Amino acid sequence: MSLAQKPKVPGAAARAPWADPDAKPFIRIRNVTKKFGDFVAVNNVSLDIYRSELFCLLGGSGSGKSTLLRMLAGFEQPTSGAIEIEGQDMAGAPPYDRPVNMMFQSYALFPHMSVADNVAYGLKQDGVPRAERDERVAEMLRMVKLEPYGKRRPHQLSGGQRQRVALARALAKRPKLLLLDEPLGALDKKLREETQFELVGIQEKLGTTFIVVTHDQEEAMTLATRIGVMNQGQITQVGEPREIYEYPRSRFVANFIGDVNMFEGRILVDGVDHAVIDSEEAGARIRIGYAVPGREGDPIAVAVRPEKILMGRERPAETENVLSGVVEDISYLGGLSHYRIRLPSGKRVRITQTNRDRHEDPITWEEPVFLSWETPSGVALSS
Amino acid sequence: MSAPDLAGAGTAMAAPEPWAQRLAPTLHRLGVTKGAETRGAVALIGLGLAWLVFAVMLFSNKGVGFGTIIYAILGLGLALWLLRVLTDGRRLVIALPMIWLLLFFLAPFLVVFKVSVAEQLIAQPPYSPLFTWAEGKLQITAHLENYQFLLEDRFYIDAYLTSIRIAAISTILCLFVAYPMAYAIARSSPAWRNTLLMLVILPFWTSFLLRVYAWIGILNNNGVINNFLMWLGVIDEPIVMMQTNFAVYVGIVYSYLPLMILPLYTTLEKLDGTLLEASADLGAGPIRSFLSITLPLSLPGILAGCLLVFIPAVGEYVIPALLGPSDTLMIGRVLWDEFFTGRAWPIASAVAIAMLLFLVAPIMLFRNAQGQTGEER
Repeated sequence: MSLAQKPKVPGAAARAPWADPDAKPFIRIRNVTKKFGDFVAVNNVSLDIYRSELFCLLGGSGSGKSTLLRMLAGFEQPTSGAIEIEGQDMAGAPPYDRPVNMMFQSYALFPHMSVADNVAYGLKQDGVPRAERDERVAEMLRMVKLEPYGKRRPHQLSGGQRQRVALARALAKRPKLLLLDEPLGALDKKLREETQFELVGIQEKLGTTFIVVTHDQEEAMTLATRIGVMNQGQITQVGEPREIYEYPRSRFVANFIGDVNMFEGRILVDGVDHAVIDSEEAGARIRIGYAVPGREGDPIAVAVRPEKILMGRERPAETENVLSGVVEDISYLGGLSHYRIRLPSGKRVRITQTNRDRHEDPITWEEPVFLSWETPSGVALSS
Repeated sequence: MSAPDLAGAGTAMAAPEPWAQRLAPTLHRLGVTKGAETRGAVALIGLGLAWLVFAVMLFSNKGVGFGTIIYAILGLGLALWLLRVLTDGRRLVIALPMIWLLLFFLAPFLVVFKVSVAEQLIAQPPYSPLFTWAEGKLQITAHLENYQFLLEDRFYIDAYLTSIRIAAISTILCLFVAYPMAYAIARSSPAWRNTLLMLVILPFWTSFLLRVYAWIGILNNNGVINNFLMWLGVIDEPIVMMQTNFAVYVGIVYSYLPLMILPLYTTLEKLDGTLLEASADLGAGPIRSFLSITLPLSLPGILAGCLLVFIPAVGEYVIPALLGPSDTLMIGRVLWDEFFTGRAWPIASAVAIAMLLFLVAPIMLFRNAQGQTGEER
């Protein structure tokens, strides 16, 4: 992969361990493949995760994210490849011999035990003396704000309370690594948002490394220090939320995270520090602020986020990155408005604008408009 | 006495509507508020039939005597109660199983109870009546000597204790054999599961008696096992297995195994696999996971299976009679001997009632346990 293909990310945390080539990864996943019969669930994944990260594996169903998590927990063994935790090869280690705990999607609380016994279960297995155990259980219940509920059974709790018991139980042994499988999946929207912040707060306080599996991109963006986007058993891109959103490296990632307008075209000029792409679909030439991979004439796509496109009645002075079209649809949401613009080619472009002014004469349906964006806003995608 | 009622029911069957219409005010007065005449008529037909069965059961072994009047009154009271229940659709749903239990469980129980408090007579039937009409008074004569006799004679107490001991040991053996089997079936792939369950149930398709009888051929002195061991040269002379308690245990465990496997399978199959994963994840090895998760969560199945085996095993007659030693007396055997050999119906009935009371305790236990698990789900 050439340097040109990977645009430099401005603002990426310079001191972050993943930006430091000398930092030792806490978890190393090397060329891990998992097959179930003929089905390849995880396909040659390599990934380094650092201490105290809150790493999100993001992907649709069947993308292999849960299988990867289960291999870390020890419920599945990789068909090939190796997983190292703190430099120790985990091959053949059963789940009960790993410094890893997991919070299950279904919570998997033991129905015949009280909340306190559930939380104490892991400590009991380790032979922690009773006094210390009780103290730790109390501390955990305090952390998840469930102190008065220790004597209850799981079925006597609400969904949100069960989720917190599951978290307390998984953290009670102070694992070095906590795996969370869709931790907020069963909660309703409002509770999910509150819990996201609580989860981040707890992670920051304890400094435990978290790996979260989720299919919800918003959740991943809120929680993660870094996101690994998975598709068809492979990791397609790893990066900070901002990087993933602003600099997607493939059509899949661009489409999966947030809304995007994708213009298919061909390379017209491939310069040292810029490129020009001719897109029939857009009905314009598009300028990219860096060299793109491939030769002139090769097919390529340009991705532009809806909020980065400007819209006006007058044609801008620039000759590149300017499209014309007709307003087809407007949805006014108060703070924001979404527009759908029909281009002469028939392609629809989505635009989001903040309603900063109280326009006396707002742009309306079937009005011809010009669209433009600044060169750095466009991302060229060859894969 | 009872004839007009029955005849009335008969006419209802022939011409329900005008008859039912004429009956409607009476029905209203009896508490049938939703006065749908046809429904009332249908109810009465069912009622007549039910009452017929009830009456036949009570009077079959007797001519029409004074007791008959008492029973007819009781029967009529029951019939009126049924009428109220039957004409309400919602209550009807509950009433049907209740009527079933009443006719085929409670009524025979009362008959047996009645016989157990009678005195043995050399007559037809061989016991004294409960109700008599003498000197212008209704007389109820209950004899409690039968029960007293059971308590005083070591013979009966020993038979009870033996039955309970053998049933308990068999139940525990059954549990130990059935648990791994049920566990294996529950953990096998869905395609195999049905086949394996089928194999468990398959023996039920042959006669129970034949299957127990077949064990004689296996356990005999020149049966399959002994012949095989002698041919191998492991033993010189046959091991005596027939007519021992060992043979009884083998027979009971073999016969009742499916009754233990099926409830165990049901609870084990429902067990959420992620609970075991969570247990392993928290540091418990396979054995500790089994003891602290699988075992407690399968307790309702263990209890159900144990009761399903224990209760019939206590009263088992065929297996000890065919395979067991002649000096070990189980209560089923005692019951048979008293009833058929000794023709001591009252004593036999008292034995049966006492056995029932013995078994009420575990049944209550079972119901309590079920109530508790029901609350958890």
